[in-house]
Amino acid sequence: MSLTLLIVQTLNGLQLGVLLFLIAAGLTLVFGVMDFINLAHGVQYMLGAYLAVMFYGLTGNFLFALILALGATLVFGLLLEFAVFRHLYDRDHLDQVIATFGVILFLNQGVKLLWGASPLSLPMPEALSGSVVLMPGILYPVWRLVIIGSGLGVALLLYLLVSHTRVGMLVRAGATNAPMVSALGVDIRRLFMIVFGFGTMLAGFAGIMIAPILSVEPGMGDTILILAFVVIVIGGIGSIRGAFLAALLIGLVDTLGRSFSVDILRLFMAPSPARTVGPAIASMLIYLLMAVVLYVRPAGLFPAKGR
Amino acid sequence: MADVTAPSSRAPARGLFTGNALPIAIFLLFVLVPLAATFKAEAYVLGLVTRVMIFAIAALALDLLVGYGALASFGHAAFIGLGAYAVGILASHGISDALISLPAALGVSALFAFLTGIVCLRTKGVYFIMITLAFGQMAYFTASSLAPYGGDDGLTVHMRSTFAGLPVFANDRALYYICLLSLLGAYLLCRALVASRFGRVYRGARENALRMSTIGFEVYRFQLVAYVIAGMLGGLSGFLLANATEFVSPAYMSWQRSGDLLIMVIFGGIGTLNGAIIGAAVFLLTEEWLSGFTEHWKVIFGPLLVLVALFARGGLIGVAQKLRGIFRG
Amino acid sequence: MADAVLRIEGLTKNFGGLRVTEGVTLDVLPGELHAVIGPNGAGKTTLINQVSGLLAPDAGRIVFAGEDVTNMPVAARAQRGLARSFQITSILPRFSVLENVALAVQARRGTSYRFVGNAADEEELNAPARAALAQVGLGERADLPAGELSHGEKRALELAIALAMEPKLLLLDEPMAGTGHDESERLIAVLRSLKGRFPMVLVEHDMTAVFALADRISVLIYGRILASGPPAQVRADPEVVKAYLGEEME
Repeated sequence: MSLTLLIVQTLNGLQLGVLLFLIAAGLTLVFGVMDFINLAHGVQYMLGAYLAVMFYGLTGNFLFALILALGATLVFGLLLEFAVFRHLYDRDHLDQVIATFGVILFLNQGVKLLWGASPLSLPMPEALSGSVVLMPGILYPVWRLVIIGSGLGVALLLYLLVSHTRVGMLVRAGATNAPMVSALGVDIRRLFMIVFGFGTMLAGFAGIMIAPILSVEPGMGDTILILAFVVIVIGGIGSIRGAFLAALLIGLVDTLGRSFSVDILRLFMAPSPARTVGPAIASMLIYLLMAVVLYVRPAGLFPAKGR
Repeated sequence: MADVTAPSSRAPARGLFTGNALPIAIFLLFVLVPLAATFKAEAYVLGLVTRVMIFAIAALALDLLVGYGALASFGHAAFIGLGAYAVGILASHGISDALISLPAALGVSALFAFLTGIVCLRTKGVYFIMITLAFGQMAYFTASSLAPYGGDDGLTVHMRSTFAGLPVFANDRALYYICLLSLLGAYLLCRALVASRFGRVYRGARENALRMSTIGFEVYRFQLVAYVIAGMLGGLSGFLLANATEFVSPAYMSWQRSGDLLIMVIFGGIGTLNGAIIGAAVFLLTEEWLSGFTEHWKVIFGPLLVLVALFARGGLIGVAQKLRGIFRG
Repeated sequence: MADAVLRIEGLTKNFGGLRVTEGVTLDVLPGELHAVIGPNGAGKTTLINQVSGLLAPDAGRIVFAGEDVTNMPVAARAQRGLARSFQITSILPRFSVLENVALAVQARRGTSYRFVGNAADEEELNAPARAALAQVGLGERADLPAGELSHGEKRALELAIALAMEPKLLLLDEPMAGTGHDESERLIAVLRSLKGRFPMVLVEHDMTAVFALADRISVLIYGRILASGPPAQVRADPEVVKAYLGEEME
């Protein structure tokens, strides 16, 4: 277990964590404020990536593609909200699960129709495509550092927005007690739209940023969606702080777990069984973590609605 | 038998569709299918309807949880997978007799349900949904990493189960009727359960858990028992599925499959038991029919789900009851 | 002095910085109807919640029928005969009135882990349920969905459910809440008919009911017991009159 590997994987874990945070933040807010389970949040992430590929094809410039794709994702998200989601806010969670599941099926297939089933790629900006020397012997891709940086930047921005602006205060109040906020005369519909739109953009942004590294394909949002749900459940629904901490935790646990599970197990058992059991445990690790957290704190670590 | 449709905001509780006429019709239909199938595409029709009945068993179990207990499990497919893998793993070691693999399937499912239920039932609402999902994922990943048993690719079951040495499951028709009898048994079990003393407490807990505990019932225990029973029925479903498809794969336990099961229950009408069977049939038959048109059938199926969620509260049974109400004037 | 059925010793409960129950010491003797009165916000429901087990106290002891139940879960206390009715009606609206009560009977009779047989048809459960309903005057309404009862009838149903538990102690949290004059009169009559059979703790605002029924009254102000004793004594206590009764008796 070399130090180099440890450092690199820790950074990778941070990168995954930051990505998860971008997706989870929107999810936890929408859930916290509107009590709406949005399984289709993962396809927003996917759409961001696809739209970025499309706009890059049109403009040839990553920055333009980013901005246009963000805009398009927002528009699309608001359209979905208007057409489908807004009719589901009053329904019970099961209805919401079914409807958003239907949206996932539709969009995953739609994307296949429009762009085909084979994975697409998005090249990253030239200037940021190299690697940088962090320490003697450690070469780390610049783009991943960009992702970590931008993710932390967004986190800071969100923190400032939520704790220092009036809208942010309304959002926090809404996450704690939405009917009360509405009863106080706040235009709850407008608030919902803002929250939803913002969450959509965050997810799209995550998709765009990760596209140069991963392949862009139908269904790419599904696995990350489950992870994002695990994040918000562990972090506590409605809590951005919880989402941030949980996202980093999960990013690190998952990445480090996968890299080092076999090595750690080798301390306790023979190499061969360790090689079989290791990957199995690694993929289950975050679910085990969630089970343990929920056993001890059935409402997550920092639930917005109070203990 | 008593009218035991769960009090439910999703489906009105009285009428033709909740007495005995509907289930009798359904089972009669199932009995007649093989006879009709003699005339065309026998193997195909038999296979399809066998699958419908197998998933109907799992859907019944899920309705027990969702419809009557308000326990929305998003990991129910795990039990199907566990039951199937019990058959597959034993078969790969040369053990094919149902006298061993069926109890094994039921036992593993019951154990998994018990252990995960202990944790899950401490949570409520969406947390419950998420944690059942998590446990389903755990089962999925465990199966995927079982390299000696096929891992991601799955495992072929070379021989269907025997019963005390007799190749009872080998014939497709025989398998069909075994599945039919299993479905009937599961259905009767669920009906009895819901009307029983146990069922009454369990249903009461859905209505007002606080009241039930202040009367003296430990709600958690009742829910755990129901969860284990539902898990075991899922295991039964998996046992039959492994025999029907002669294949087991982690995909049987994916969260998408758990989602499919929820859809089946909701399509039919939650809290009606009949709805679970109808829902399974409609879901699988629609899926089969639509995919015959186009490989992109999900583009149609997706919005269909959305429409059902938005407008067809109470599922098909609810819609039928509303129509009946309209015709009655 | 006969052994108290319920003994509360030094019960204390804080919500954040707010002391809702402060060193409450109280006992309930066999067969007596012990009323607890006090202004809104005095902590009466919180006290009942602690006794029935919905809330855990921060300090103090609750001894019921000789057993320390301070840390016992709700269902266990109910199984030992501690029954309660709720201030905000808590019934099973979509079950029939009869079934609501029959479930309470079921909790006392035989095992509930029976998976076959139609529970709704069991005479063994229905007969005592009907009896309890008759006692509160709901005999005619047994087969209606409980949600269709009038408010006053629902309060009576709460009482019937508690009765069906064959209680060793009955905690009544504002049974008259929201009832009109006639329904109140009826409930008072029912409670009077039950007096002596088992001890009751009656939390109430309705002073007519309290003075008509209570053997002893304890006055709760800001979480503390201000006075406790027979009605005449409490009524005359200048502290009590100043703090509470003065306004109520107008």
